[in-house]
Amino acid sequence: MGLGAAGLAAAVAGTPARAAKVATKARIVIIGAGAAGTAIANRLVERLDGAEITLVDARKEHIYQPGLSLVAAGLKPSGYVLSQTTDWLPAGVKLVAERAAAIDPVAKTVGTEGGQTLAYDYLIVAPGLVLDYEAIEGFSLDMVGQNGIGSLYAGADYAAKTWAAAQKFTEEGGVALMSRPETEMKCAGAPLKHAFLIEDIASRTVGKGKYEIHYAAPQSSLFGVPIVAEKVRMLFGERGMTTHMQHTLKSVDPGRKLATFEKKDGDMLSLVELPYDYLHVIPPQRAPEVIRESDLSWGDKWVDQGWVECDQQTMRHLRYPEIFALGDVAGVPKGKTAASVKWQVPVVEDHLVAAIEGKEGTAVYDGYTSCPLITRVGRAMLIEFDYKNNLVPSFPGIIAPLEELWISWLMKEVALKATYNAMLRGKA
Amino acid sequence: MKELTLQTLIAVFEEMFGRGLFWAMVAVAALVTVAYLYVLVRDRAMSMRKFLWAQLSMPFGAVAAVLFVQGITSSGFRDIGGPIDVIVLLGVAAMGAVGLAILVYTAQSLIRGKSAD
Repeated sequence: MGLGAAGLAAAVAGTPARAAKVATKARIVIIGAGAAGTAIANRLVERLDGAEITLVDARKEHIYQPGLSLVAAGLKPSGYVLSQTTDWLPAGVKLVAERAAAIDPVAKTVGTEGGQTLAYDYLIVAPGLVLDYEAIEGFSLDMVGQNGIGSLYAGADYAAKTWAAAQKFTEEGGVALMSRPETEMKCAGAPLKHAFLIEDIASRTVGKGKYEIHYAAPQSSLFGVPIVAEKVRMLFGERGMTTHMQHTLKSVDPGRKLATFEKKDGDMLSLVELPYDYLHVIPPQRAPEVIRESDLSWGDKWVDQGWVECDQQTMRHLRYPEIFALGDVAGVPKGKTAASVKWQVPVVEDHLVAAIEGKEGTAVYDGYTSCPLITRVGRAMLIEFDYKNNLVPSFPGIIAPLEELWISWLMKEVALKATYNAMLRGKA
Repeated sequence: MKELTLQTLIAVFEEMFGRGLFWAMVAVAALVTVAYLYVLVRDRAMSMRKFLWAQLSMPFGAVAAVLFVQGITSSGFRDIGGPIDVIVLLGVAAMGAVGLAILVYTAQSLIRGKSAD
């Protein structure tokens, strides 16, 4: 107790002085008040004096998305992930609570659904992504929670309903079928976490031998980083979880409890039906329409998904230098996680403030992202990696990235939301 | 973590417990520490009798701290996965033990006074 107090006293005394604010009249529009938009707004307010900062987002609720996996495993209530968008916004920024409907990167304006036109000197696009449930035939969101269907990505209530369906499976057993989409996606570890958590809970509830876990994915490996994929493959083996690689979910027949997958075998495509008692659906994910229709997307990459064409290191648009992309919508490999946002935000802040001062920014984003890959209720692997698929552990020699550890679980359970909230406020 | 400064750490702790509760806890910890130092200076000696009670309370503090952490994080002893986990577990236990011992010693000194040895 005494040590803590002494440490804090030292901390307060050692607070570094903040650099003087940059005076400017720049008009900065931020599309999206999610993790990225909110964090950058808070940081820019600290750095700039006199800038006109406007956030455009119609969503009233802020979702702490890393918590959805916990809600969908019955470990947290749905309220755990919910707050109000306005809870996190600093004084001195304007929130236009409307959807951005059009972006004109040549005239430098953003049009809103309500008909407002906002002119900008700098634009930060951080609207997140859209879940394309329509791409899965026979599926609709109102099915979630009933007849053994779950989809934790759809939001707090749906994550809670997902647990209702999954819980029934963990008590009665049967076949659980876990899917993931072909497109880029938010937190590529989440489909695995859900599979691991439900397996673990089922093993403690209905008991081994009474259930099967099947994991179907369009990719040919279980994780984008090869060394992690191998570790996950071993864990699947140890726990008797079956994989169906190169299987893409196409349709669901809830009446017969069958899911149809497109199976790829070399150049051969065929349809495969798999039965389920519990099905977890993660739909294809794409950039919002407003991005895809405004000439901001890559022309030669991810053409079916429309992620923003930007420099991997600076997040700056390659054709419109006054535009930056942040978060899920950015067209960079990996990086659709809150951890990526945490690392991207200071880089964009650096380049944007430098541009206002007429200088060049120096900060570089190396693709860092992190995934506390939960493997059981009580254990996780703290996996951190970059663009090059290198593991970049924060605590080398102390917290091993490929070991299932209690401390990594404690971080996810206790420290992650606090760190996330501190990030939203621009303080971490 | 990119830059794990004390400032970041404080921000994280404030978010974890809420700003009010966190600083209240810091204040309580500081207060107990000051009270402990006060009774040591006042009495000019460790009372072995009070210290015995403090020592006897230590295992309870250790067990309570571990169960508390496990309780709020839906985990248990089966989740210990590597050396660092054992260290964390022992660290939590040690903090609980020492914290309760100091509290018990200080409380006895304050309540029973200097002469009640």
